[in-house]
Amino acid sequence: MRYLPLLWAGLFRRKTRTALTLASVLIAFLLFGLLQAVELAFESGADTADARRLLTTARYSIIEPLPMAYLRRIEQVPGVVGVAFADWFGARYQNESNAFPVFAVDPARYLDMYPEFTIAPDQREAFARTRTGAVAGVRLVERYGWRIGQKLPIASEIHAKSDGSMAWEFDLVGVLDADDPAVRGNTDVVLVNVAHFDEARQFGKGKTGWYIVRIADPAQARVIAAEIDRRFMNSPDETKTQPEKEFAIGFARQIGDMGALVTRILAAVFFTILILTGNTMAQSIRERIPELAILKTLGFSDGKVTALVLAEAVLLLVIGAVLGLTGATAVLPVVNGSTGGRFPPLFVGTGIWLVGLAIAVALAVAVGLPPALRARRLRIVEALGGHR
Amino acid sequence: MAWTSQVVAVTALNLRTVPQRVGPSLVVVIGIAGVVGVLVSVLAMSEGFRHTLASTGRPDRVVLLRQGSDSELSSSVTRDQATLLATLPGIARDDTGRPLATAELMVMVDLPRRGETDPNNVPFRGVQPAAFAVREELALVEGRRFARGVREVIVGRKAARQFAGLDVGSRIAFRDSDWTVVGIFATGGDVHESEIWADAEVAMSAFRRTGFQSMTAALADASDAGLAGLRGAIDRDPRFSITVLREPEYYARQAKVLAGLIDVLGYTVSVFMAIGATFGALNCMYSAIASRQTEIATLRAIGFGGAPVVVSVMIEALLLALLGGVVGGALGYVYCDGASLSTLNFSTFSQVAFDFRVTPALLAQGLGWALLIGAAGGLMPAVRAARLPVTVALRAG
Repeated sequence: MRYLPLLWAGLFRRKTRTALTLASVLIAFLLFGLLQAVELAFESGADTADARRLLTTARYSIIEPLPMAYLRRIEQVPGVVGVAFADWFGARYQNESNAFPVFAVDPARYLDMYPEFTIAPDQREAFARTRTGAVAGVRLVERYGWRIGQKLPIASEIHAKSDGSMAWEFDLVGVLDADDPAVRGNTDVVLVNVAHFDEARQFGKGKTGWYIVRIADPAQARVIAAEIDRRFMNSPDETKTQPEKEFAIGFARQIGDMGALVTRILAAVFFTILILTGNTMAQSIRERIPELAILKTLGFSDGKVTALVLAEAVLLLVIGAVLGLTGATAVLPVVNGSTGGRFPPLFVGTGIWLVGLAIAVALAVAVGLPPALRARRLRIVEALGGHR
Repeated sequence: MAWTSQVVAVTALNLRTVPQRVGPSLVVVIGIAGVVGVLVSVLAMSEGFRHTLASTGRPDRVVLLRQGSDSELSSSVTRDQATLLATLPGIARDDTGRPLATAELMVMVDLPRRGETDPNNVPFRGVQPAAFAVREELALVEGRRFARGVREVIVGRKAARQFAGLDVGSRIAFRDSDWTVVGIFATGGDVHESEIWADAEVAMSAFRRTGFQSMTAALADASDAGLAGLRGAIDRDPRFSITVLREPEYYARQAKVLAGLIDVLGYTVSVFMAIGATFGALNCMYSAIASRQTEIATLRAIGFGGAPVVVSVMIEALLLALLGGVVGGALGYVYCDGASLSTLNFSTFSQVAFDFRVTPALLAQGLGWALLIGAAGGLMPAVRAARLPVTVALRAG
C-alpha cells in the first residue's frame, strides 16, 4: 500500500495514453460481463434444476403427447412423492407467434411441484377453483400491463375449441414470482387451468404433454426413472424419464454450442486487449528506464522494481475490469426491463465477477512480465548513461 | 498542386517511419482485425441461416396450412381436405393430369449429433409421391428413393452430415419401428436438406397420425392473380380453414426471429469491440505523432501547411485500418466460410443445418467498419499534430 502513490504516478505519467488503454480494457470487460450473462441465461435451466425432479416425456420425441391416465400409474412407482403434468398450448398473443409459453396444468399439482415459484395464497386458491383460471409470471404481467381479474385472450396454434375456433379466453387470477433472480426467468409463462382447457378442446382430450415427477431421494433418480419407463414399455406410448437437469442441458444443446461461440468471441476480445495493453506497458517502461535506474540507485532491490512494474500492470487491468464489470452490472437491469419475458433475465453474478477479476490478473501478468523482467535486468550505469 | 505535393511528402515521411513503430502500428492492425473478424464471422452465421431458409422454395409454389398456424408443426390438414385441395383448379397438374400437390406430415424425431448423445429435434417429413415432381430441385446424391409402402427413408445432405446414424444402409429406430436409410438427397442447400423424408402413408401409420399437417403445391398460374384465385376458391369453401402462402414467404418468415437474434449479438459485440479498437488506434496515432513532432515541426517551419499534416496522418491511420480490415476479413473467410452448423430454429422447433456464408457484401461491410475506426482513431491526433505550435514542438524534441 505504501507504494500506491508511486504506482499511481507511474500509471498516469502519460494521462491520455493510460486513459485510452484503460478505456479499452473497460470495454473488454463490459463485453465479458454481458456475454457471460447471456451464456449463463442459456444455462440457467440446468443451474436452477431441482435434483428431486424428473421429467417424463414421450420416448421418441418430446412433442408427442402422453395419456393423462399415466398420472396415477407414475404415482404408484416407489420413491415418487408427487406428480404434475403440463401441456404445450402453442400460444399466439396479439398476433405474435409464441410470444410466451403457455402450459395447461393442474394448478395445485403444478405449483406444488415448483415451490420456488411464489404466489399469494388467495391467488393460488382462486387458480385452483376457477376452471378458466390462469396465472402469469410477473415480468409478463408488467410487460403487457395485465391486471388480475381481466380476461386474457390467447389464441392457440395447436388446439381448437370444440366449435373449431382457435381463440381462447382465460381469467387472470394470479401473478407468479420467484425470490431468486435466476429463477425469475422461469416464471415467464402463463399457466392455464387444464380443467376448462381439456373439456373445451376438440382434439387430444385426455392427453398431456409431459410429466414432472418429484422423488424423495435424488440418489435414486436413475433407478426411479428406469422404473417409470419400464412400466410403459411396449405400450403405444413409451416414455423417456430423465432428471430435470439432464433434460435442461440436452435442450440447451439443441441450440448448439452457445458456450463455445461466446468463448471464441471473448478470446478474440481479450487477445486484442492483451496486444494493446502489452504495447502500452512496454512503451511506458521504455520511456522510464532512467527513472527505474534512479529507483535502483536509491536502494530498491531488483525484486522490488520488478514487483512495482508488475503491480502497475495489475492495477491498470484490475481498475479497467472493475469499471467494466460495474458497467455491465448497471446496464443489465435496463436491458431486462425492455426484454421482459421475451428473453430470460440477465445479470452479472458473483461468479462472473470472480472469473473476470481472475482474467484481469492473468492478463496483467502476461502483459506486465516482459517489461518487468526488462526492468529487473536493468544495470544502473548503463541505464543512466545510455539514455538521453 | 503544391498542396498535394506537400501531402505526398509528409505521408511518405510518415509511412517511412512506420517500421520504427512496428509495435504500436501492429496494435492498430490487430485491434481492427479482431473487430472485423468477429463481425464477419458472426454475421456470416445469420447470413447463412437466412440464406438457407430464403433459398427454400420457389415463388410458383405455395404452402397450405391451417388458418392461424405459422408453422407446419402446429398446423393440421385432414385427409379429406387434402384430397379436395389437390383437385382445385388453381393447382397445376402434370402431363398425365395428376395434381402437382403433396400433402405432408411432419414429426420430430430425436437424433444425436455425430459424436454426441443428446437428442435433437430432427424434422421427419412424410411426403406423397407427387413430392418429387413438385420439388423438381431434389436430386439424389447417393442411393435411391424410398419405395412406397416400406419403412425406408431418404435423408437430406446436411442432416446426414450433422446427425449420427444417417448413412446409406444404416438403420434408425423411431417409435415401434426400424427404418432403413436408402438415399441421401440434395435440394440446392435449402432447409429440406436438414430433413428426413419417408412415404407419407407409412409415416402416418408408424407415427399413428390420422391427418396431414401441410400441403405444398405448384400453382397453375404463378401470377398474383392466380394466387388470389386459389385463395378465393379456398376461402369460399366452408370445408376449408386454410392459409395459402407462397413458399419463399413462408420460409423467410421462419428465419426472421433467429437471424434477427444473431444479428443483434453480432452487432452489439462488434460495436463494443470497435469502440475498444478506436481507443487503441487513438493511442497508436498519438504516440506516432509524438515520436515525430520534431520532424513535423521542422516541416511546418520551412513552410508546410497544417492541412497536409492532418491529411497525411489520416492517410496513415486509414492505411493501417485497411490492413487490419483485410486481415480480419480474411481470417473470417478462412475460418468460417462454409463451416456448417445446426441449431434449433425456435420458429419451427426443429433443427436447421446451415453453412456460414461470408459474402462480398459482408466483407465490404467489414472494411467499412475498419475505415471508420481508422478515421475515428486518426482524426484527433492528426489535428493535434497540426495545431502544435512549431516552437514548442521543436523545443520538446
